[in-house]
Amino acid sequence: MAQESVTATDAAVRAIERLSVEHGPLAFFQSGGCCDGSLPICLKDGELPPGPGDTLLGVIAGAPFYVDSEQYRRWGRPSFLLDVRPGPAEGFSLSPPEEHFVTRPAE
Amino acid sequence: MATTEQSTTFEAPGRSGSPVEVNERYDNFIGGHWVAPIDGEYRDNLSPATGQPICEVAHSGAQDIELALDAAHAAKDAWGETSTTERSKVLNAVADAIEENLEMLAVAESWENGKPVRETLAADIPLAADHFRYFADVIRGEEGRISEIDKDTVAYHFNEPLGVVGQIIPFNFPLLMAAWKIAPALAAGNCTVVKPASSTPWSILKLAEVIEDIVPEGVLNIVNGPGAETGKALASNKRIAKIAFTGETVTGRLIMQYAAQNLIPSTTELGGKSPNIFFDDVMSADDEFLDKAVEGLVLYAFNKGEVCTCPSRALIQESIYDEFMERCLGRIHAIKQGNPLDRTVALGAQNSASQLEKIEGYVQIGRDEGAQLLTGGQRNMLPGELAGGYYYEPTVFKGTNDMRIFQEEIFGPVLAVTTFKDEAEALRIANDTLYGLGAGVWSRDGSRAFRMGRAIKAGRVWTNCYHLYPAHAAFGGYKVSGVGRENHKMMLDHYSQTKCLLVSYDKKAMGFF
Repeated sequence: MAQESVTATDAAVRAIERLSVEHGPLAFFQSGGCCDGSLPICLKDGELPPGPGDTLLGVIAGAPFYVDSEQYRRWGRPSFLLDVRPGPAEGFSLSPPEEHFVTRPAE
Repeated sequence: MATTEQSTTFEAPGRSGSPVEVNERYDNFIGGHWVAPIDGEYRDNLSPATGQPICEVAHSGAQDIELALDAAHAAKDAWGETSTTERSKVLNAVADAIEENLEMLAVAESWENGKPVRETLAADIPLAADHFRYFADVIRGEEGRISEIDKDTVAYHFNEPLGVVGQIIPFNFPLLMAAWKIAPALAAGNCTVVKPASSTPWSILKLAEVIEDIVPEGVLNIVNGPGAETGKALASNKRIAKIAFTGETVTGRLIMQYAAQNLIPSTTELGGKSPNIFFDDVMSADDEFLDKAVEGLVLYAFNKGEVCTCPSRALIQESIYDEFMERCLGRIHAIKQGNPLDRTVALGAQNSASQLEKIEGYVQIGRDEGAQLLTGGQRNMLPGELAGGYYYEPTVFKGTNDMRIFQEEIFGPVLAVTTFKDEAEALRIANDTLYGLGAGVWSRDGSRAFRMGRAIKAGRVWTNCYHLYPAHAAFGGYKVSGVGRENHKMMLDHYSQTKCLLVSYDKKAMGFF
């Protein structure tokens, strides 16, 4: 397990806490790009069961953050910073109203 | 000059003189009628050209998906029993309606997606019409089969529809991707519930308006809403017999997971990081083929780079790199970017603010990891009402295949260029990716092109061309780029199931009991 490979802004933590009240335990999967904009996908925990091909990068406000191991290796094992940005989510991710989660390279 | 510009530019939808009328708000298309979302919620649909709203569109939830499934299930027996002759007539009539409304649909789609009207007029809309014609044609020639097991026993194999299917469409080609899904599903006798992308929910409704009297009620249903609610409600529903999805790879995995839970088949068309490979012999003459190869590289900017098969990695043989790249950069610098409704514009606006931010993020990653910026690398700020639009300059980086900008799908007008020594290295670099959707091979040597094409692990290898999507040429991914092949009558197999009537003409019992 790669610890400390994902951290989050306060805004993202608050968003996760609010969404957890509404939806129960959550989990994140880092998307691969394409039309989902390389965004993290927030789901109810268990909706997409992680498998042996996934890496757990860390846990944010109780929500585990996964990435496909091969994808992570090819991306150079970056550290991610989880944040929220204005504008509705475009894919299948749960999101706060009129906001969406993003991942950025951590400083 | 102003007069010339005005005559080449369509008026935006809803404005006086535009080929497109716009209502203030749009409901869902269910059972052949326009049905308001049950919770009465709507959202603004923005034009990426200006960042301003076009109209409001239904923001549906799970209950609206149930309504659509009700309508589809009510229609499925009659449609499933409709003869292939009659189904073919309906599909041809849909194609006719698309062609009769070419300009209207092209302008609507350009304004909603940001893509140049030059492309929608020449490619998107004609291809969409042709897709319906193709499936109208091939379904007439489909047959079951008969196996004579012995003189008294015959197996009759019938192709039967699945019933009701769910289809999820991406934003990058809203009408063409809808045609790729809807045409084979209907040809095979199924009814469908379609969920368009939440950033492009409207142009497909303009299509629905022109075909609502052609397609029997309940055969085609369209429900708009956010993926997390509406998309999930459809993909995970026990009342669909199959789910089809085009979009991002991890989301595709989620879709397959939903399908697995319900034991239904799925087809997916997912991401790509397609290599475009230029061998030294493309420069062996300064002729029209070299000109075509240069265009072939610059095609990374087609549809603003928002294509799953974007040739986003260019692999150029080292011996020709300097001269070939110089020609290509010249062509890239000549790309006209501007109002998507201007017929002379070749590069429009990215689909959304969030896509634009993501592209900026990747360009920064490219800079940080030491790639060399050859051109572009910033937003394009346009004047007037376009100032609020999401325009990004065509960008080229030079680097190596292990960099993030070579491995990750940026989905924008950003090209990553590298060189190779020989065929073996070109192949190694081409296949060194998670994905396997598309590839391009450019060479005057047919044997070399054939060898490369057969060795590249991708479902579509364009050879001395790129970004052609004719019907009857199978399209789909290897590796994590998806499962299934579209654009070909083999798609009918994905939308059918086989019924074997095993008939005995022997009156005598077997002798077991």
